[in-house]
Amino acid sequence: MYDEIISFSHYTYKSFLNHQFQSIYQYLYGLTSNIIKYQIQARLENPTVAKGLRLYSARSFANRTRTFVAKTKKVTTAKKTEAVAAKKEKVFGKNKQARVITAKAPKFSASIPAEIRAVANKKVNTKVALRKSITPGTVLIILAGRFAGKRVVFLNQLASGLLLVTGPFKVNGVPLRRIDQRYVIATSTKVDVSGVKVAESINDAYFNVEKKSTKKSEDAFFKDEKKVEKKKIADSRVADQKSVDASILAALKKDKTLTIYLKTKFFLKKGEYPHQLKF
Amino acid sequence: MEKIYSKGVVLGYRRSQATQYPNISLLKIEGVVSREDTTFYLGKSVCLIEKVTKTAENPSGHKITWGKVCKSHGSSGVVQARFKRNLPPKAFGAPIRVFLYPSSI
Repeated sequence: MYDEIISFSHYTYKSFLNHQFQSIYQYLYGLTSNIIKYQIQARLENPTVAKGLRLYSARSFANRTRTFVAKTKKVTTAKKTEAVAAKKEKVFGKNKQARVITAKAPKFSASIPAEIRAVANKKVNTKVALRKSITPGTVLIILAGRFAGKRVVFLNQLASGLLLVTGPFKVNGVPLRRIDQRYVIATSTKVDVSGVKVAESINDAYFNVEKKSTKKSEDAFFKDEKKVEKKKIADSRVADQKSVDASILAALKKDKTLTIYLKTKFFLKKGEYPHQLKF
Repeated sequence: MEKIYSKGVVLGYRRSQATQYPNISLLKIEGVVSREDTTFYLGKSVCLIEKVTKTAENPSGHKITWGKVCKSHGSSGVVQARFKRNLPPKAFGAPIRVFLYPSSI
């Protein structure tokens, strides 16, 4: 059933993927790698719906396969060489006479040359544009998640488009963290971050969480679950936090009101409406 | 209580005299009195919190229906919202939360 959906239309397949049953599908069949394969396949196919009628028009199919990308980049393709049919000898019939058989040439060949496919399928990661109101040093209000309501200092934008922010940790308990700019309000307040040097090692990979195996060892299984050891933070992380925060804290020391401002949480009081506020 | 959301009330479905459109709900947001005021809230996430019986899967006993503000409605600050599941008629008059995200400030 699923295969039918996939081969029929890319769109139905895509909406199917977005559907909540995605996880169940993966769980049942474990076909994650196949999904990607189908996805590419579905994109390169223009199935016949009825006699002489293709599912996509020539124009829309070109858009799907993105062959125009190769056109603009002037990709040269290798010349098509006609496949030489292999010859085979086989013994047939009662008389057991040998006959030479020529293997049939493949009926269908990839309509789009591999060179063009390689270029067209290449994903281009466009950089997420940063809102104009957010510049290094801007105080941001976090709107959702564990640190909702906290005021933090913006440091820079990472390659993934997420914002790198810090509390500073000593002031309001927010560590070095990434956050999407959609979950943040940029205030007009700024902190001097000219002295901050964020090491290049603090990138998106830095925040990747190492996945722990969910299977428990036998000893751990019999252990009292309540006595789970408190998660320890790596010393390198603590050192990074301190080195980034050091110059911000120095800047904050000069301005006591700014420190208090960062310390206090943002919230809407009675009669305060966000559309009337100037942040 | 420290809240970082606006309060609102579900007015009902969008409707004409005889027809109603249950996929669109009308919301009145606190402090919003004109069409101009609603522009801030367009696209913002909203949620309806209902109380259900506590189970092992749902120990909090809250059922949350998410949606978003999609359009302003009329000239007195009412907005239209779409929810992932259409709101139950039971929710008419119930309080909803209008969050400040996705933010564009």
